Amino acid sequence: MAYEINGQTIEHDEEGFITDVSQWTKELADYLAEKETINMTPEHWEVVNFLRGYYNEYQIAPAIRVLVKQMKVAFGPEKGNNKYLYELFPYGPAKQACKIAGLPKPTGCI
Amino acid sequence: MAEPVDIPEDDEPGEDVKKFMFVNRRAPYGTIYALEGLEMVLITGAFDQDVSVVFMDDGVFQIVKGQDTKAVNMKNFSPTYRALEGYDIDKLYVERESIEARGLTAEDFVVPVKVLSAAELAGLMAEQHVIISA
Repeated sequence: MAYEINGQTIEHDEEGFITDVSQWTKELADYLAEKETINMTPEHWEVVNFLRGYYNEYQIAPAIRVLVKQMKVAFGPEKGNNKYLYELFPYGPAKQACKIAGLPKPTGCI
Repeated sequence: MAEPVDIPEDDEPGEDVKKFMFVNRRAPYGTIYALEGLEMVLITGAFDQDVSVVFMDDGVFQIVKGQDTKAVNMKNFSPTYRALEGYDIDKLYVERESIEARGLTAEDFVVPVKVLSAAELAGLMAEQHVIISA
């Protein structure tokens, strides 16, 4: 299973998460967002970039509870809460945003 | 595609919290035990349980600083132990006898740990609801 973008082949798993984090590009993020029917605003990019930073530091995708907590620390309570994140990513922020960010499915996500 | 999921409340109070202790006794690479054990710890933390993590025997090498896994062609997952704090998992223990036998001290680890003797750990183990050794 693979995405084809600009002539590049990017393998993904059965749920659409790409298998090699290093293959991620902004174009791929836009493509995946469109598939998820998400219109990427600067607020969406803020979460996606935050997740990529988290992954870079800890080598895992955070559980939603942890993402909320860390977002609160980084951006304050108006962005570090479930409602804000679910408005941006209605099908589950950890799952949807992680997919767009090119991360694996979050550990502890069911 | 399924319907959007219900939005959970922020900071739901935990119910049925149990005391889990994970005992890591094996070297980080060569087998999958350490990585799978870490995953169990993260999942248990994500479900708001009371989690303690023990490193003893060769398990102390899981959190030792300066790991380089290039030669064994495996991902260095030691940075992930530093994520435990974000999961509210801060009860990390190493067994004194194990680190002394390997010439290590509490400063040699990627995360802050409490050093306890085997006898002290036995006391902690007696308080747990669930102990999982890997």
